[in-house]
Amino acid sequence: MNSSLVSAQPPIRVTNLSMRYHYKPVLTDVSFEIPEGKTIAIIGPNGAGKSTLLKGMMELEPLIEGQVEFFGQPLANKRLTTAYVPQREEIDWDFPIDVMDVVLMGRHGQLKFWQRPSAQDKQIAEQALKDLKMWEFRDRQISQLSGGQQQRVFLARALAQQANLYLMDEPFAGVDMATEKAIIGLFHTLKAQGKTIVCVHHDLNTVDTYFDWVLMINARLVAAGPVETTLTPENLQKTFGSRLSLLNDLTETMYRTRLNQAHDHD
Amino acid sequence: MQAEFELLNAPGSWELWLEFWRFEDMNALWVLSGSILLGISASVIGAFAFLRRRSLIGDALAHAALPGVMSAFLLFQTRDPVVMFLGAVVSSFAGFFMIDWLPKHTKIKADAALAITLSFFFALGLMLLSYIQGLNVENKSGLDKILFGQAAAMSQQDITLLMYVTVFILLVVTLLFQKLRLIAFNLNYARTLGIPVRFYEFTLALLIVMSVVVGLQLVGVVLMAAVLLTPVAAARFWSNQLTTILVVAGGLGAFSAIISTQISYLAPAMPTGPWMVVSLALLFIISLLFAPQRGLVHRYLQQRALRFKVAQENILRTLYKLYERGDFQQRPFNIGDIQALRAMPTNALKKTLKRLCQQQLIEDSVNGFRLTEAGLQQAQQLTRRHRLWENYLNEQMDLPPDQVHTQAERIEHLLTEEQEQQLEMELANPHFDPHGRDIPQGDAERQPGVKAQGGKHDQ
Amino acid sequence: MISDLWILATASLVAVACSMVGSFLILRRQSLLGDAISHSVLLGIVLAFLATDSRSLPVMLSGAVLIGLTTAWLSDQLHKTGQLQSDASIGIVFTLFFAVGVILISLYAGDIDLDQECVLYGEIAFVPFDTVIWGDLKTGIDLGPRAFWMILIVFAAVLASVVVFYQRLQTVTFHPTLAVSLGINVVFWHYFMMTLVSMTTVASFDAVGAILVVALLVIPASTAYLLAKSLKQMLWMAAGFAELAVLIGYALAFWLDSSISASIAVSAGIVLLAVVVQQQFYQRRLRTQTAIQSPLSAN
Repeated sequence: MNSSLVSAQPPIRVTNLSMRYHYKPVLTDVSFEIPEGKTIAIIGPNGAGKSTLLKGMMELEPLIEGQVEFFGQPLANKRLTTAYVPQREEIDWDFPIDVMDVVLMGRHGQLKFWQRPSAQDKQIAEQALKDLKMWEFRDRQISQLSGGQQQRVFLARALAQQANLYLMDEPFAGVDMATEKAIIGLFHTLKAQGKTIVCVHHDLNTVDTYFDWVLMINARLVAAGPVETTLTPENLQKTFGSRLSLLNDLTETMYRTRLNQAHDHD
Repeated sequence: MQAEFELLNAPGSWELWLEFWRFEDMNALWVLSGSILLGISASVIGAFAFLRRRSLIGDALAHAALPGVMSAFLLFQTRDPVVMFLGAVVSSFAGFFMIDWLPKHTKIKADAALAITLSFFFALGLMLLSYIQGLNVENKSGLDKILFGQAAAMSQQDITLLMYVTVFILLVVTLLFQKLRLIAFNLNYARTLGIPVRFYEFTLALLIVMSVVVGLQLVGVVLMAAVLLTPVAAARFWSNQLTTILVVAGGLGAFSAIISTQISYLAPAMPTGPWMVVSLALLFIISLLFAPQRGLVHRYLQQRALRFKVAQENILRTLYKLYERGDFQQRPFNIGDIQALRAMPTNALKKTLKRLCQQQLIEDSVNGFRLTEAGLQQAQQLTRRHRLWENYLNEQMDLPPDQVHTQAERIEHLLTEEQEQQLEMELANPHFDPHGRDIPQGDAERQPGVKAQGGKHDQ
Repeated sequence: MISDLWILATASLVAVACSMVGSFLILRRQSLLGDAISHSVLLGIVLAFLATDSRSLPVMLSGAVLIGLTTAWLSDQLHKTGQLQSDASIGIVFTLFFAVGVILISLYAGDIDLDQECVLYGEIAFVPFDTVIWGDLKTGIDLGPRAFWMILIVFAAVLASVVVFYQRLQTVTFHPTLAVSLGINVVFWHYFMMTLVSMTTVASFDAVGAILVVALLVIPASTAYLLAKSLKQMLWMAAGFAELAVLIGYALAFWLDSSISASIAVSAGIVLLAVVVQQQFYQRRLRTQTAIQSPLSAN
């Protein structure tokens, strides 16, 4: 709400972040900062570690190393300003719950564990649903929604969190035109309010129309910056070309022998 | 555990034990061989269930056998092992079907389907059992022994059937081994090869059901799961080779069978199943701790050795840095000099230095420590690798010079000769690291007389 | 007649408490952990009894909760450090605990008024005879069966937890990832659930034994899962199906002269079966009626 006061610090600053899956290095030594009030796309080939990066930043998966700061603070101090929209697949869509209840979950960060959502919380959820044109579906059980509608429910939930920073994992994946338009509309509204949006994105053709900034990733950070200057053929070649095999092999050996734990810090 | 000692010290149990091992009691011998066979076949077949990631299927199937046994008894009023066996197989199979069907056709998830099947069939079995106990029929006593198993209560016929079935299972597994392994490893790939996967899945299910059912009298419904599961889980620590795993699992199964049969012989009132499970669990714990490669103790020792190696190499490199600063003049350095460059607790530092002395990589003198010829070479190589890696990170990964050091600190310990050469190639044999420091050249260049290990160094 | 009422009341409380806890187990896909804990609890009871020589409520509850949580924790550790599949590690832990429990029972058969039978069935028919007496043994007031009071207390605790923490439990259950990103301590709620499971199983132990309780945990809850549209509805439905199973089961046991607890569990299964059959039938009709109708049918 009073984001201008804290804007001296970037919404996200990542320093030397490394992550792995079993022993395979997924991300190695990634460092970047992103500017406030922009829409930022994270792009890269399959398995480049885009979703993993988001999960690592949100502390959903462990970091091997590195720090993530939100507005200059650790995540614990900035939970309420940060909303995460996960991929649709990881949910049990058979779960007995209706749309309104899902959206209300976005208000939980603000509630104590015995509290129920207040009338005000419900108003916020209602507004979020209306913004995404899902209000008439509020009583539906979630299994009765189409893919795009499910995505919009997730976005409404994130909206209901009233955050300053939104991290979204492939919001455009497998959605219909109506949903895509709704998401773009949402982007405009949020940007107008000075909020920051970070998206994992897979469609290279739309990067320059939907986003201001781009992070190019392939197991490491290849480039980061404004779309016009960063989305160059040279950088694309680096991102979607082959990985640095020596780096990957050695990092894997390092994790496998657990050398990073054997080493005294100095 | 006091009572246990009493049990073993009770007058006569020693004699009983001797008697057991002199094989004087033919019946005991039969039970022993039967249970060994069961231990082997259940472990082997359980291994495939484990590899198919259906570890607890045996649990559900064993529970599902109960109503079959009871209805067979109700229908035919006989305790003939074959009749009971067939009844159990039929109802276990019904259970298997249900576990498969529910998640495919309803919203119910796989884990719930397993728990539902298990508890429903078990309840049905208990209901029938309690109903039978209320009836006025002959030889109904002892039916409840299949709940926890009682080796001593097994008849000659039971054991004969047990032997036929277990031998059959082992034969089928041997025969179909290749296919079963392929399916366990990669189901969909097997399908693309045109292998009738359904047939093999069915066979596997049948074998699991058979071994579960035949084990009921020995181990009991409730704990059968462990006999299928625990041996393979323990064997997994000993090898990565499926055949070895199967052999080890079979051996563990047989061993636990021997232990539990003896206990059952010494104390006939004791249920056998729980003892078998406890001895299996002990074997499992031993494997978890002491297995080579994957055991926890080995992993700990390996980690410790690595920590030593890293510490030693770090000191070597520090000594090299000192030597480098002193314009490549060999002179001794004291602990203070070393600690100034490398933060390390004094105790650990002293120990590391001692180990280095023992390996004759450094020499200890009154004035301090100095690198030996061998130590110098190793230190040089490490420094070279460290700085090459810094260059690589800087050039190929576009990392700024101030961020490359930490990573190189680790990678230097891992780089092999071959990777070092690859680095040289990719970086066009650089002479300076990103901080502008000299990269010590390889053996071949610096000392033409000394033969490099790889032999391909000629430049 | 009075004793029938006590039995029905105890059974109903057991079934409803189990169905509530079970609903969360089903939704969190932890029915196997529930199965495991219900087995391990036996060891908890035996150990608590051997250590204190008492069967009072606090002793039994703490023994069971301790062992229940140990089961959950140990399985998790084995899964992580032993690199075993999670259901395999669960299987190894609970079979060991249960086996040790059974061995202890047969070793101390004289000292514990538990036998192997009772572990399996429970003895709900004997529940009315073991009563709590207020005051002096002869002149005191008979307050009713011990098992009834025990499950009543646990039932109240479960109900209170579900009502008070409803929102949290819903979020943590529906979407653990979201819960983490909101800063909710998911691990705490996991062990909280496991505590409820342990408490419920130990309180149900006298009535239905260690294994049949699994049926009451998973079956009514699964039946409700098939039909419910919201979590609240699911909890109500599960309780309803549980109660229905108790009534049918009691009648069945009376008719066949079979074990009451087993009959209740069987009836729960029959109710589930009926719902599944009805749903299949309905779907088939729907499919034939409208060839192109969208996505109501479950995949």
